[in-house]
Amino acid sequence: MEPASKLDQNHRLSIKELPYIIRWKDHRCKRCGQCTAVCPVRAIEPSVKLRRVVFSEGPLPEPSVVRKIYHVIEQVTDIDRACTGCGACALVCPNDAIEPEYNPSNKFLHYKNKGGEGYKRGGRRNDPYISTLDRLKFTRISMLTDPALDAGRHEFRVRTLLGRILPSDELPLIEKEGKLIIDEENDRFIPPVREIFPIMIGSMSVGALSPPMWEGLAMGVAYLNEVEGLPVVMCTGEGGVPPRLLKSRFLKYMIIQIASGYFGWDEIVHAIPHMVEDPAAIEIKYGQGAKPGDGGLLMAQKVLRLIASIRGVPQFVDLASPPTHQTKYSIEEAVAKMIQSMSMAWGFRVPVYPKISGTKTARSVLNNLARNPYAAALSIDGEDGGTGAAYNVSMDKMGHPIASNIRECYLDLVKQGKQNELPLIAAGGVGKKGNLAANAAALIMLGASAVSIGKYIMQATANCFGDEYNRCNICNTGKCPRGITTQDPKLYRRLDSDKVAERLVEVFKAANIELKKIFAPMGRSTELPIGMSDGLSVDDKAIADRLEISYAC
Amino acid sequence: MCRLSAITSNKYFSPMENILALETMKEGHDGSGLGLTLKDLGGHFEKLKTYPILSGICSKSGAKILDDYMETAGFKLKDIWAPKIRNVKGITQRDHYFARIYDYPASFKHKSLSEKEDLLMNVRISLRKLGESDGSIFVFSFYPDTLTLKEVGDPLQVAEFFSLDCDNLKAKIIFAQGRQNTNYAIYLYACHPFFIQGYCTMTNGENTAFVPIREFLTGRKFPGYIGYNSDSEVFTHILHYTVRQLGFPLTYYKDVITPLKESEIEKRQDSKALKLIKQSLRPLCIDGPNVVIGFIPDGTCFMVHDSKKLRPGVVGGVKGKYALMSEECGLDSAIPKRDKSKDIFPMKYDMVIIKPQAEEVIIWNQLQN
Repeated sequence: MEPASKLDQNHRLSIKELPYIIRWKDHRCKRCGQCTAVCPVRAIEPSVKLRRVVFSEGPLPEPSVVRKIYHVIEQVTDIDRACTGCGACALVCPNDAIEPEYNPSNKFLHYKNKGGEGYKRGGRRNDPYISTLDRLKFTRISMLTDPALDAGRHEFRVRTLLGRILPSDELPLIEKEGKLIIDEENDRFIPPVREIFPIMIGSMSVGALSPPMWEGLAMGVAYLNEVEGLPVVMCTGEGGVPPRLLKSRFLKYMIIQIASGYFGWDEIVHAIPHMVEDPAAIEIKYGQGAKPGDGGLLMAQKVLRLIASIRGVPQFVDLASPPTHQTKYSIEEAVAKMIQSMSMAWGFRVPVYPKISGTKTARSVLNNLARNPYAAALSIDGEDGGTGAAYNVSMDKMGHPIASNIRECYLDLVKQGKQNELPLIAAGGVGKKGNLAANAAALIMLGASAVSIGKYIMQATANCFGDEYNRCNICNTGKCPRGITTQDPKLYRRLDSDKVAERLVEVFKAANIELKKIFAPMGRSTELPIGMSDGLSVDDKAIADRLEISYAC
Repeated sequence: MCRLSAITSNKYFSPMENILALETMKEGHDGSGLGLTLKDLGGHFEKLKTYPILSGICSKSGAKILDDYMETAGFKLKDIWAPKIRNVKGITQRDHYFARIYDYPASFKHKSLSEKEDLLMNVRISLRKLGESDGSIFVFSFYPDTLTLKEVGDPLQVAEFFSLDCDNLKAKIIFAQGRQNTNYAIYLYACHPFFIQGYCTMTNGENTAFVPIREFLTGRKFPGYIGYNSDSEVFTHILHYTVRQLGFPLTYYKDVITPLKESEIEKRQDSKALKLIKQSLRPLCIDGPNVVIGFIPDGTCFMVHDSKKLRPGVVGGVKGKYALMSEECGLDSAIPKRDKSKDIFPMKYDMVIIKPQAEEVIIWNQLQN
């Protein structure tokens, strides 16, 4: 006998459990099938229905009943095919007949653990609320005693330094005939320092990103440097660097990342003798703000031939970087030796710095680095950072907001008098609500020397669908409907690398102007206002106290 | 905007010359204070040049504390000078305005100047701390051949209050500032000029980079880098740090507070050193708009601007007497008989340096070094 549960469909989820509900308009749909073809998760499918229809023809009502076959678009309630709300269907629909609608009362997380496997996804922390960064305001406006500057006319130097800065009392200088010169007999190591634009492109790997996306970013960065004169640098992420780029002069705009999987490093190390330029820096990844405690993860479906060759691995295998660098067993090992080794590989000509996820323990790393004269910076990635693949629980619940983390680290350096020696790079949620320049300026005034951005770039240059309502967020599956985070040529051909590059240039040019629009009224133009905390206010006393800035309401 | 009046001469002159110059620039200050620093003193002090002078103000109870402290510290009082106070409407008289001339403690008599300077500064700081909470003691400088007077009020009235017009107080270098209060409270310790171990500056304009500069200076762990009741005090400490602590020639003060662009640095002969200085002292970039007038222990005076100072100060005079003023009318008042066509309005790359005894004026250009 058929169990009752099957007969009454009790085993199925109702559509109300799902995070997005498809609104399909029967009367507008011409049944072209484009929506079902484009859906990356097969959340909708064509279906055939037999319906009883009452109709009447002629001048007088003479209703009659017929049974008719109907073709419809139906939403699937299988949890593995739940609509992600990406909206690709709405984008391709010629008649505005379909769109997903967010369902705030969904119970998605109750079910998204089939097979005993936790929910994995890409994207960002699903927290749509306004972040601390967006609550900070710039309230010290120069007025009559100190006229504000004109952002359009004054000369501005929106630049920062990446690299270890020598303490002023240890400069190897001697005076000769009223001029200071380098004391050649002093064997003090002078660390490499780069002057860069204070907004950097954070680490996103070849592999996590599709070829046109990565290529578009790299082209845009080269254009910004060589044509626009904006020294923007970009981090490669873990996973190697295309061989031609390694041997090109454009390598100087790249920060090469090494992480716990060391993917691609055999190829990078072997390319060193052939490099015509040093990279901008080396970033050692110890942690990522979006998924603290997790290593990198490139799912097998994204490991195609190109990626496999760059990374030096077989095709179609999961590439998991361990959560920590497995060969290291203490902070001194993990940090000091790694920095030393990387510095040595490039003859101490390249700044080497670690990146950690935002954490209450950031200051212990900081203090370790402050004592290490080879550490070039510390990058701290807050909880609002993004990732290509991680457990949902890591993304949503692990991590530390960047604002107070960067502030306490900066103030710790101030106490030691080393705030200018070890630059802090802030990341994680910069531009979360689109306020890129304002968030960057706020972090700089809290003490960051530079900021790193990732998600913002995906959105602004390639129209990433993702948002904090768990929209899309399927970067891990290789099915990115925009062609940003996929290695499938059928998908990434949707993305034009030239357009990505053009948008990147526009984004940075606009950010440069907006930074000036912030700094000009505050009377700052010559040096980046790092730690100019008297310029900031917030309308929350607790935040003001925590960040040691003023309260304004 | 505060008004600045500095005069350097090879002959002793009265601070009234500075005050009258300030009076011509009156529309620019609001009477929220007058500060005077005199160096290379004449008159009463001419024969006491090697002895440190403690300048300040104290209450009756403060005087007792001060005496006890100085006695315990081993300083012997050699002489006291005090201005003759007149009643002037609007200025509240405090108990004691003083310049007390001391002899060093026996154990310090043969120590190096640097050690003596540290001793004097530490004593000044201790006295400041003793009297700061209740306002019983204000000490402005403690250094040989240097005297400081400060009081809240209109400069001309304060001069009358101190009877500077009929006193024999004279010096070869006198700095005076008529204060326009900006962001910070009207307070004696906020009044320019600021002095530390022979280095002195006064400033006008507002220092937008004040907080990061202050944090950098306090991070040097040098006991004298305290105070900061005015954002301008950092200019004095940057000068002290650059020249005394780091041992850089004076012109590098300009390179520290108004650093060149990378492309401009490349053209300098000392570009390698300059690059390192720019990086290591990045937080000391003042990012103005400011004009800074200062002197260093050997009596060299200077004026610098940053590029945003739209109305530059002016330097002019005759051999043997030069004035550094925030306004041209102040210069006309101080040294009317001069060749006005030779007045110098320093541009953004310039540092105007006047050698001791007002012998010559040098315009040092930051680009050409």
